[in-house]
Amino acid sequence: MSEALLELLPSVLLEGLLLGCVYAMIALGYTMVYGVLGLINFAHSEVFMVGAVAGVEVYRYLGPHVENPYILALLALVIAAIISGGLAMGIERLAYRPLRKRGSTNRLVPLITAIGVSFFLQDLVRLIEGLWHGEFYMNFPADAQMEALHDLPMGMSIQNKSILVIAVAVIMMLALDHLVRRTRLGKAIRAVAQDLPTASLMGIDPDKIIGRTFLIGGALGGIAGVLFGLLYSQINPFVGFVPGIKAFTAAVLGGIGNIYGAMLGGLVLGTIETLGGTYLFFLTGGALGNEYKDILAFIILVLLLLFRPQGLLGKTQGEKV
Amino acid sequence: MPPALLLQLNQVQACYGHIHALKGVSLEVRAGEIVTLIGSNGAGKSTTLRCISGLLAPRSGEILWRGQAIHGLKPHEIVARGIGHSPEGRRIFPQLTVEENLDLGAYLERDRAIVAQRKGEVFELFPRLAERRKQDGGTLSGGEQQMLAIGRALMQNPALLLLDEPTLGLAPVLVEALFETLQALHRVGKTILLVEQNAWHALQIAQRAYVLQTGVITHSGSARDLANLDEIKRAYLGE
Ligand SMILES: Nc1ncnc2c1ncn2[C@@H]1O[C@H](COP(=O)(O)OP(=O)(O)O)[C@@H](O)[C@H]1O
Ligand SMILES: [Mg+2]
Repeated sequence: MSEALLELLPSVLLEGLLLGCVYAMIALGYTMVYGVLGLINFAHSEVFMVGAVAGVEVYRYLGPHVENPYILALLALVIAAIISGGLAMGIERLAYRPLRKRGSTNRLVPLITAIGVSFFLQDLVRLIEGLWHGEFYMNFPADAQMEALHDLPMGMSIQNKSILVIAVAVIMMLALDHLVRRTRLGKAIRAVAQDLPTASLMGIDPDKIIGRTFLIGGALGGIAGVLFGLLYSQINPFVGFVPGIKAFTAAVLGGIGNIYGAMLGGLVLGTIETLGGTYLFFLTGGALGNEYKDILAFIILVLLLLFRPQGLLGKTQGEKV
Repeated sequence: MPPALLLQLNQVQACYGHIHALKGVSLEVRAGEIVTLIGSNGAGKSTTLRCISGLLAPRSGEILWRGQAIHGLKPHEIVARGIGHSPEGRRIFPQLTVEENLDLGAYLERDRAIVAQRKGEVFELFPRLAERRKQDGGTLSGGEQQMLAIGRALMQNPALLLLDEPTLGLAPVLVEALFETLQALHRVGKTILLVEQNAWHALQIAQRAYVLQTGVITHSGSARDLANLDEIKRAYLGE
């Protein structure tokens, strides 16, 4: 019996990696915005959801015309990135910036605004989908070529779409790393995150940079939405909530404000959750079912924060991002 | 004919909440001058610079740059017009490398060749920075951070450089070197508004000076004349 469990391990880790890729991509949006504004943008889970919905619509309308499933997926990814990025920028422009300009130092106000924006977007998408298609439960259609399996060593096998998910996540993370470290925009984002008034003395327009940060974080969230849809298929206007909370957890786990922390935190959380989902039942002799996997992830978060409050890669206090 | 008027403050007032920090400050800076603004702690020197660079909006009064009103513009718009501000407390970016800090100084300069040339000049001036170019700004010593702050301001190559206590925390030999640097900049035609703790030194290199006391200009004139006034000597020069 334990041997069978051990044999399962590589496949479970692969599952965890896939889920972790999605969490990491969402977590980047939370952490980048937190880096520049010190704001937890809870509406980001809905930016992710809108990306997934945009992906479904691409499949619905372009699917019949595009033969190649990879080109179709690519189209869905690009369009979702544009829509989610634009949406995130719009949220900043219309909801957060006016609050910032009024100079309120109360951190609860933008937080509650974010929650309000979340509810608004959920109901707006439900309304639009309801009027448009008469229902708001959606599916990413299955595609035989995408689901085709390749054998890997150690008894693992991987679907084409899983390879796609990993490739997209890796490419986006490398691109983000390049952007943040090497480009003029990246330096400006880091400067604004570290010291906004002084950044403005360099000739940087902080509002513009904050807008770009939302755009990039939102685009990554939208891409994550499509990847999520490719992996798990079912989408609805409320689908952002749970992955959003998990990704936020991942961002905190990695050290909020730190993009490498968000990547690492996402992968760690995805892996723990998948391991928990598979093994908890067996390890507790059946006392705890796999529905407790979320509790496992959060227990680990709480323990980590007790011993390392700044997260895995976070800076200690006094060294603000 | 005197050199062109670059900067002019007319009756500028500024507040932090209920604290009335500037109560009507008027001053001017002409092209090619080093002007120094001296005064004791809390007099409003930094506040004056913050108003000029747009970090703080004046409550009333006007600030003219080459005859045009700039109060009400945002800091990045004022930088773009050629006013560089090296703020109090150095304010380098601690988690960016020395080189990245310098690059940000030249953020508005899109020509890479010019940026590289200016960086070369800064490294020539402060060889220590060249040695540490890949190191995070936050890991530098206080004196090195001060060099970086000044180097970063020079990377902007501004028409007017606002310097807020650039020698604070520098070893005496570096203070000397810094004042020599400022004089060298003056010789090549740079315009500088210098806020200094070290009033004696500042008065040595400046052409004109203003004395600020609790938000009001109490004296102004040529640096040499002010350095010889008894009350200035007593209050600021420790004589
Ligand atoms: N951020 C601030 N908030 C409130 N009061 C301030 C702030 N900065 C400066 N002040 C007050 O404004 C006055 C002028 O300060 P400042 O311009 O920093 O003086 P100086 O640079 O001449 O030492 C002081 O009374 C100081 O306490
Ligand atoms: Mg000061």
